[in-house]
Parts: sequence; C-alpha cells; structure tokens
Amino acid sequence: MSTLSRRILAWLDERFGAGSIEDFLRHKTVPQHRHTVWYYFGGMTLFLFVIQVLTGILLLLYYRPTPNDAFESVQYIVTQVRFGWLIRSIHSWSANLMVFTAFVHMFSVYFLKAYRKPRELTWISGMLLLFIVMGFGFSGYLLPWNTLAFFATKVGTEMAGAVPVAGKWMLTFLRGGEEVTGATLTRFFGFHVAVLPGLATVLLAMHLLLVQRLGMSVPPSVERAIAEGREPTRSMPFFPNFLLRDIIGWYAALGVLGALAAIFPWELGTKADPFASAPAGIRPEWYFLFMFQTLKYLPPKILFLEGEFAGLVGFGLAGAVWVIVPFLDYRAGFGRVTRFFTGLGIFALGFMVVMSALALR
Amino acid sequence: MRVLGTIAALIFWAVGSAMAAAPKDSCITCHLELERKQSEPAKKFDSDIHHQAGLGCADCHGGDPKDESMNAMSRAKGFRGAPKKNQVPEFCARCHSDIAYMHRFNPKMRADQLSQYLTSVHGKRLKQGDTKVAACVDCHSVHDILPASDTRSPVHPMNIATTCAHCHADPNHMKGYNIPTDQVEKYHKSVHAEILAQGDTSAPTCSTCHGNHGATPPGVNSVANVCGTCHVFFAQLFESSPHGPAFAQMGLPGCVQCHSNHEIVKPSDDWVGVSSTSVCVTCHSAGDKGYTAAQKMAGDLAKLKTFYGRAEDILSTAERSGMEVSSPKVELASAHEALVKARVNVHTFNDAGVQKLTDQGVEISQKAYQAGVVALHERDVRRKGLGVSLVFIVLAISGLYLKIRQSESRPHT
Repeated sequence: MSTLSRRILAWLDERFGAGSIEDFLRHKTVPQHRHTVWYYFGGMTLFLFVIQVLTGILLLLYYRPTPNDAFESVQYIVTQVRFGWLIRSIHSWSANLMVFTAFVHMFSVYFLKAYRKPRELTWISGMLLLFIVMGFGFSGYLLPWNTLAFFATKVGTEMAGAVPVAGKWMLTFLRGGEEVTGATLTRFFGFHVAVLPGLATVLLAMHLLLVQRLGMSVPPSVERAIAEGREPTRSMPFFPNFLLRDIIGWYAALGVLGALAAIFPWELGTKADPFASAPAGIRPEWYFLFMFQTLKYLPPKILFLEGEFAGLVGFGLAGAVWVIVPFLDYRAGFGRVTRFFTGLGIFALGFMVVMSALALR
Repeated sequence: MRVLGTIAALIFWAVGSAMAAAPKDSCITCHLELERKQSEPAKKFDSDIHHQAGLGCADCHGGDPKDESMNAMSRAKGFRGAPKKNQVPEFCARCHSDIAYMHRFNPKMRADQLSQYLTSVHGKRLKQGDTKVAACVDCHSVHDILPASDTRSPVHPMNIATTCAHCHADPNHMKGYNIPTDQVEKYHKSVHAEILAQGDTSAPTCSTCHGNHGATPPGVNSVANVCGTCHVFFAQLFESSPHGPAFAQMGLPGCVQCHSNHEIVKPSDDWVGVSSTSVCVTCHSAGDKGYTAAQKMAGDLAKLKTFYGRAEDILSTAERSGMEVSSPKVELASAHEALVKARVNVHTFNDAGVQKLTDQGVEISQKAYQAGVVALHERDVRRKGLGVSLVFIVLAISGLYLKIRQSESRPHT
C-alpha cells in the first residue's frame, strides 16, 4: 500500500474507525467446496443491480413520463442521444439478466438450505428483494409506452382487479383510475424510480449486512462430510481471491450485455394507442409467464371461487409459504435435511419452467 | 308456485284463443294436398316476404280463401289465376306501383319499378312479345320471394351476378340476341368481383353499372359517368384531360377503352408507356405527342418505384438488424403516397404533372435511403465497437485470472 493510501486510511480511521472495516475485509473468508460456484450469483445480481441504477439514472436525463412524450423520448434516446441506444438496451437486457440471476441465487440458496438458522432474516430480506425486482420489471415495462407494454400492463393490472372486495381498489390504485392512462404511466414511473429504489436500498443494505455478519452458509452435506472427516475444511480469503473471481464474472456479464445490446438492441415497437384493439399474442415478461399460463388453464369456477381469483390466492399463499420456509423447515437448522422441502423446491422449479415453456409455445 | 301456474294457464289460454281465431286459408289447405306442381307454391310460400307481411295467395291471385269449395277459384269470387309471362310486370305492379299501399309496409319502399322496367331492354322486348327476357319473377323468384337484403335472395348483391348469368351466360338462351355470353365469366376475374367476394357489398356487381329494373347497357357516351359514380376523381381528371373531348369526338368509350368493361383487373404500371404491355400504344405511335408523354410518364413512375424499393429494402434490413428506423419509415410512407398520387394523375395524361409528383417521391425516398445507410453504418460501428470492447474484456479477465493464479500459488503467510 502506498504512503498516500496509508495516510488516507489513517485519517479515516481516526474519524470513524475505518481500520476495523479493513481488518474485517482482511480476515473475511469464503468457504470453498463443490458448491462454491453458487455463491457468485448473489454478487452477480448485485452487479447487475448497480448497472440498472447507473443506466437508469442516465435514461432519466432524457425520459419524460407522459403519454404524449414517453414513447418519443425513448425514441429520441435510442436514435439521437450519443450511446443512448447502448444505455437503453443495456438497461433492458440487464433487467432481464438480473431477474434471471436473482432466481438462480434464490433457488441455489433454497436447495443448499442456506436459509436455515441463523440466516432466516437473510432469506426473508432476499425474498422481499426478489419481489421488488419483479416489481421493477413490471413497472419499468410500461415506461416506453409502446403497444405491447400498454396491453400487457392492462392484462397485468386486470388480474389485481379480480381480487374480491379489495380488487377494485387495487386496480384503481395501480392504474390511477379505471383504465390504463397517463395517470398509470406517471404512477408506474414513480414506483420505478422512487418507491421501489427506496425499499430496495433499505432491504439490500439489510441483506448485505446480514451476509457479512453471518458469513456464507456451508451446505449441510458439506458440513456432514467435514464432520465425518471425508472432506477437509477449506476456505479462501474474500479479499482479494473471492472478489477477483467475482470481478471476472462481472466482466463476463458486461461482455454479454454489450453483445446483446449491439447484436440484439432492445426493440421499441410502436407507440401505444389506447383506442386500438389489443394485438394478438399479448403476454407479460418471461418471469411472469408461469403465473399467466397457470391462470389460463384454470376453470372459470373452482368450488365457490372465481377461477382467476383462486389462482391468485394460490400464488399468494405459495409465495407466503416460500418466504417463511426457514421456519417451516426448522429441522434444517439442526443439520437434518427434509426430503419434503427439497421435493417442494424441485416441484416449484419444474412447475415454473414447464408453465413458462408452455406459454412460449 | 300458484302465481306461476296462473301465468302459465293464462299464456296457454291466450295462445289457444289466438290459434282458434286465426283465419283459415283454403288455398294453402287444398294446394298442399295436390300434386307437385300445384302444391309447390303453397309449400314455398311460408318463407315468402309477402306471407310474412300478412298477405295471402288471394291478394295476388284473387279468389276467396274462406270458401273451402272449388267456388273459391271462380271468376265470381274475383279469381285471377296465374299471370302469363307478358302479364307478370303489371301483375306485380298492381301493388308495387301503388305508393300509398306500399308505404303501409315500408315507408321507404319505391313504387317506380314497373315504369323503370318498361324503359329497360327487358321491358321493351317483353312488350314486343319476347317472353324469353327477364320479368320480375325471373330475378326475384316466385312464391318464396325474399327481401334483397337477405343473403339467400337471388337479388342480394352477392348473388346478382349468378342470377343474371342464368340467362346471360347461357348461349342457347341468348341465341339470336347477338350479345356475348362471357360477361359474368369475365366479371368474376375482375377486381370488383374480388372485392365483393371478400364480403364488401358496396363493390359493384351487374346492376350497379347496368341498373336493376331499368337495366340498360351504358352507351359509349355514358361509360365515364357510370364509372365516375364511384371513381369520381378519376372521372374528373379524365374529363378535363385532352383525352376527354378527343374520345368523345372519336366516339370511343372513356374508361373501358383502357380498363375493359367486365374484366376490370387491377391496373398495373406496365399499362403506361410504350412497351408491348402498354395500353397507350393501342392508339399512339412513335413520334406523336401522346407517345412521348406516355414514355415520359412510364419512366418517371419506374424511377420512383426503383428509388422507393431501394429505400424500403435498406430500411427493412436496418430494422431486422435491430436499428430504430421508425421515423424514416414514416417519412417513406409519403413517397408511397406520392407514387399513388402520380398513378392517379396519369389520368390527366399530363407528363409534367406526373413528374412533379414522382420527383417529390424520389426526393423523399432518397432521404429515407440515406437514413438507412446511416443506420447500417451505425450498426457496423456498434459491432466493431463490441469487438474492441470484448477484446479488452477478455484481456482484463485473463489478467485477473493470472493474478488469482499468481496469488494462490504463493504459500499463505
């Protein structure tokens, strides 16, 4: 470390004990075993989130959230603003990759039982972050105000309206009125750039703090192997070994994003016309497809409930169960792996993949 | 339950009383019992518009439908019987020419069918004793007459050509009239028939140009007026063009001279010019003013089509490459509009006017083409930039990999 760096660190240490952070980083280690590769997906999701924030801020410089200007401003960004096409395409592609890596991260944590005691709160904060990421996707999809986004939002918000009693209120709250209009656009813009980022920042800080405080979880199978002497305890320093590997992944992600943006620029489509009829094949973003397809398969009535409402209640309950799974699978905290929860995870993953594939047919 | 029972009883009573009160039509009752020829009208009459309007056999044929004996069909009871072919128009016109009577059924109903019919070739020939020509029942059918708005009616726009073809496409029937029998066959090849077949009943069929009750072939001088009923703008351009008075002077039919009459196919740009496919060379020959103008107009149209096609191709390529070219595409649509206008203006036969429009289109197409060139150049720049960036990324990843290997090959201190 150069003299100047030492002097800066010493100055900071005098003021808020920066030395303890440096000390923490110096001693922080990451367990090394056959499942270590899954640890990188959390960092990858964080990296893509940072890309989203940076490109989002740049897009904000030109974007105008009104029905008259939204489409034209995005068109201006991709045709007139220098590198605007790159920023917009990276923002769109990165959003999708972030949802993908967030799902991979969530399922890897689930199957490796990393949610078990004492990491229940890390899991809950992560799940809430996943819901927020999906909220970012849903609200951001409408912002270019193109035909596909307009009608997909119409269908998406209609689902909220299917909920009895509170449905009408929820629909009006989401749309800012009875229909998808300019009020919906400004509302979604507000969610996308203020409400959701605020919530995400708090939850992300909590999630990262918990990860640092509790360290990386070692899967029960590895713990058992170590305890039985079949595997040695191995670890690597977080700084620089793990971080450098993380950075390699980030560079690779950057390359993939650049390639996608240059070869497959994100389409803008045609400006939304609220009076036009919905084009054929309207469907939501790929990460909502499994729900969309399931609701299509449901009969109009299930017992005494409307089919769509029953489906939404089902997904709501499944989501709630998923969030509290560390408390349901409390045995995992004692190193006992319950096959039921592993089976449940395989079923959930299989269900999502099959339903999404059916929707894409 | 008691209330429901009472209502049901009341309904049965009301229906029963009404049925009992319905007058009995002895014509129907008896004719249904007779042989095929005599029973057929009674069987068919159920669907007839007259029956649905509350009229019975006796309203046309006379007689007494209340009398169940053969006296019902006596002269004393006003029985008129079936009219002979040459009596049919007046037979129908007894009611259909009585406007006061007809308006009792439909206040918009016309009552001039007979007077129109008598002006038609059909009507005139019938009066001369030719019973092969069409009278009311030949087109409208008899005893099962449906309103013209009913798609099953032989006079519904979708069925008129077939109805006319019954006689006009039959060489035996038309023998002696000295008119062709291929009109309907030709019509079915026309753009008009094509549009009609798509369900657009506003598309012209036989009666649109020839009239229905007053069916007459349009004369040479009135062709442009007939076509101009729908193609108003084209008719105006033609009339004000040098061809308007010249055609009239030479006794040539206007529109049909180039577009034909029944087989009116979609016009092509190849019709303009001096090539073998051109219609201009039918009258014009090398050296005359019309020949030069035709050559010029064809050249200008071809030029605009070339420039437009080139621009369209490059913008499509750029769009397929993911480039945002919606604005130049919108602008290029104006070039297509200019091409359409130029094609319309060919009917002025003014080559300078056509050129003005094609020049506008060419200019717009060139701008759109340039936008396409810029978009494709931008695409290539992006891809090259990606290549360079990927080289740096691979170098950075390699450097990091080497750094990790180097730091991990050293023993921990």
